[in-house]
Amino acid sequence: MKANVRPSRIAVHIALILYTILAIGPIVLILINAFKTRRAIFADPLGFPDARTFTTIGFDRVFSNSDFGLYFFNSFTVTIVSLGLIILIGAMAAWALTEYRFWGNTLLSLYLAIGIMVPIRLGSVSILQMMVELNLVNTLTALILVYVAQGLPLAILILGEFIQQIPKDLRDAARCDGVSEYRIFGSIILPLIRPAIATVAVFTMVPIWNDLWFPLILAPGDGKQTVTLGVQQFIGQYVTDWNAVLASLTLAIAPILVLYLLFSRYLVRGLTAGAVK
Amino acid sequence: MADVSLHSIAKSFGTAEILRDINLTVDDGEFVVFVGPSGCGKSTLLRIIAGLEPVSGGEIRIGGRRVNEMPPAERKIAMVFQSYALYPHMSVYKNMAFGLKFAKTNKAEVDRRVRQAAEILKLSALLDRKPRELSGGQRQRVAIGRAIVREPSVFLFDEPLSNLDAALRVNTRLEIAKLHRDLGATMIYVTHDQVEAMTLASKIVVLNHGRIEQVGAPLELYRHPRNLFVAGFIGSPRMNFIKGQVLGLDDTGATIAFAGAQAEVRTRLGALKAGDEVTIGVRPEHMAERAAETIALQGRIDAVERLGEASFVYMRLDGGEDVIVRAPGDEPAVPGERFTAYLSRETLYVFDAAGQAVIPTSRSML
Repeated sequence: MKANVRPSRIAVHIALILYTILAIGPIVLILINAFKTRRAIFADPLGFPDARTFTTIGFDRVFSNSDFGLYFFNSFTVTIVSLGLIILIGAMAAWALTEYRFWGNTLLSLYLAIGIMVPIRLGSVSILQMMVELNLVNTLTALILVYVAQGLPLAILILGEFIQQIPKDLRDAARCDGVSEYRIFGSIILPLIRPAIATVAVFTMVPIWNDLWFPLILAPGDGKQTVTLGVQQFIGQYVTDWNAVLASLTLAIAPILVLYLLFSRYLVRGLTAGAVK
Repeated sequence: MADVSLHSIAKSFGTAEILRDINLTVDDGEFVVFVGPSGCGKSTLLRIIAGLEPVSGGEIRIGGRRVNEMPPAERKIAMVFQSYALYPHMSVYKNMAFGLKFAKTNKAEVDRRVRQAAEILKLSALLDRKPRELSGGQRQRVAIGRAIVREPSVFLFDEPLSNLDAALRVNTRLEIAKLHRDLGATMIYVTHDQVEAMTLASKIVVLNHGRIEQVGAPLELYRHPRNLFVAGFIGSPRMNFIKGQVLGLDDTGATIAFAGAQAEVRTRLGALKAGDEVTIGVRPEHMAERAAETIALQGRIDAVERLGEASFVYMRLDGGEDVIVRAPGDEPAVPGERFTAYLSRETLYVFDAAGQAVIPTSRSML
């Protein structure tokens, strides 16, 4: 039986496939070239590694010439701690802003909305000054603080939107059951906004992991570099060790990919639930 | 003991006055139904009793204690919501046990109460299910079960049957009535459905525009509505209203003309004056009584609804008023044709220009 395919559907799929190629292309390029000799990278950048061109020299160099494990650990610490704080504080703030009417509620929400519109990098100079005064330069704490500030506004917006969709009767029922406000938040609201939390997690995690700007200006010192900053040492003014750069980028993709897969089950649900309801 | 008393309760949201000067006593073990059109403040009043909504003025007492400042749980109430409000991520068992967990009840006791409630509500087989796997009626029973396990002194129901289909509604209504008999607890029930109010209540409170219009037993409200609103709200189909005018007064009563016919209605003179506009009320079930002493009203039939045991004849009187007549099921009425309604003078109600009932002392026909 011939499937009845409408032209508009084909067009949509072509667009999607083109976009997928566009999005995945660079990643595939990094992956295949990470396993090729330097000569092969430049001679045939699009070719797959074969028996002649296959090498793991990039990876060897990454592990021997740099503290890659430490960079990884730094990136991981910064990302996970920031993520945890953003979700915890964001969910609590979203709950407070949507559930309780208090003086300044609207003003506070507006203030947070500005945080979404104005990029935090505009304040880099004052942030650096502040960190110098607080003696936090070259610490991971500085990065975590900045990332939490950067991620919170959007997190509060998304989570607030979801919390609003939870029927008010549920909270009232819990109150009649004699459940404390903290318990209502912990035992009822949090489990019900899990998809939203996954959405927020993915949206905030990726930019933090990939960020080069703040590690560069706030924590460039030895021992505090993140992966994205660590990679830079292989990029010289005159010579760039492409094998090592591509190898470290390949390694850097892995953890974020794992986290993404963990959250993605909820991500789609979170996105569509927010859009449709 | 758990009687509930409300003293001059007032509630406003901003400048909007929702409730004013509500005074009401609910005795221990009574089944009181708040009924009224949407927006009359009945749900707000229930939420005030529950402690989910603060009052703007007045005092609430439950079991003799002032509870104005107490959170819901301390008031010893349990509420059943229209939307069931079951926790979607918990099993039926956990839904019922959830509140008890925080009330420092020991595990064995929680288990005993949950299983007992499940037994009463025929939920024992469903304890491990999630709410989304249940039908509407089962969900409603879980919501009631969650209220029972708390062993409250006052049950509050907020339109609990509105989301159920007609057959299930009748069933659940009977179950709630039985529950009230078995538990003997005080129950306050909010609905906009006057049938639910009539069938369940030991006392009905009719609310309108944030005020109590009348409080009384179901039949008392049916027989002696205090004003036009209650007369129109209680009874189905609603009472027919026909404009009339006071022709004359003498020492013993008023003569009132309406719809081309004239009836002499003996009333306490009250505030009636000659020439006053009044409203005559007569229930549809009292308009097809072909006895000797009746007033005949002519008109044309607009529509006929046949229910089997009765036929509702929608007719327009020659005076211009639309009325409904509850005629026998085999009434040979055809739309477009002329029809005569027969009113027994015993069943007429008279309301003055302000809509207040004028109590007849005796009725007779001119």
